Amino acid sequence: MTETDTQAPTLAGLFQGFLILGLTGFGGVLPLARHMVVEKQRWLTGTEFTELLGLCQFLPGGNIINLSVAIGLRFHGVRGAMAALVGLIAAPLAVVLALGVVYARYRGDPHVVHMFAGLAAAAAGLLVSMAIKIALPLRRKPVSIALAVIVFTAIAGFHLPLVPTMLVMAPISIFTVMKVRA
Amino acid sequence: MNETLTALAIIFVQLSLIAFGGGNTTLPEMHRQVVDVHHWMTSADFAALYALAQAAPGPNMMVVPLIGWNVAGAAGMAVTTLAIFGPSSILTVVALRLWHGFRNPVWRQAIQGGLVPISVGLVAASATIITRTVDHTWVFAAITAASAFAATRTRLHPLWLLAAGGAIGWTGFGQ
Repeated sequence: MTETDTQAPTLAGLFQGFLILGLTGFGGVLPLARHMVVEKQRWLTGTEFTELLGLCQFLPGGNIINLSVAIGLRFHGVRGAMAALVGLIAAPLAVVLALGVVYARYRGDPHVVHMFAGLAAAAAGLLVSMAIKIALPLRRKPVSIALAVIVFTAIAGFHLPLVPTMLVMAPISIFTVMKVRA
Repeated sequence: MNETLTALAIIFVQLSLIAFGGGNTTLPEMHRQVVDVHHWMTSADFAALYALAQAAPGPNMMVVPLIGWNVAGAAGMAVTTLAIFGPSSILTVVALRLWHGFRNPVWRQAIQGGLVPISVGLVAASATIITRTVDHTWVFAAITAASAFAATRTRLHPLWLLAAGGAIGWTGFGQ
């Protein structure tokens, strides 16, 4: 796809595009985001999308959250960033709130309690799977594995607070990985 | 009330700014603050809210507004939503304005690569803490293991796994 094929969205278009994305993105919005932004709406080329995503992954915060802000900002400045972000989280916010109300209302009913316990057990499995998937690329990098184990032990074993742990471990990890490339 | 809202704001502003590698890396700290430090809810409630947020569409940070709503109602939801999405978004805006500095691939790749082991350790810690909370019978442990296996080895949609877990739980089998 060439540069000329893309077309800038309006402010309302940004809001609407991300609103639909927020409503339809179950268990991971990112693959859908690329489909919408590059293939369907043609707001960005594939290369532009990847470049912007790389920056968003580098920054703290949810990748898709940052991406909505970045795309909104690109076309309509801060107003565009807000339109895209609000569009993205509006529908999920309403759904989550509705589920929360149901949970609070029926938490005395044993069936409902059991159902949410089963749901939580399955959700825990999804998280285990994600941990496995992101750990696999490290399997031939002993130094990286050691760093990951230290962080894991500090947080899950000793229940240390995240901020000081990050302040100590992030510089060590960045420096070590740069030096040994492992 | 105001003290609670201030505490919520401080916690989630911090988490917003250190959530490298996505939202799941901050779950242990969220759990520590909400359950251990402030005693706003039990560990089981936390796990249930996390599961609810997973069952909903949208970004995986949606557990945060849900926590805010449970702790301090509508005001809590508003405060936590702004606190978790605001600071990182402002940082994104600033970073994009300085985009050219970020184009230098050498140090950008060094930082990005160096944060990978940290993210792996944090997500593994999240998985351990949530699993420890929910799996108090063998049935739940089996649901977690089956869901982890299916999510890793098949292309089954996560919603099916959540639905299956909820359905098995509903029967009360093994509880």
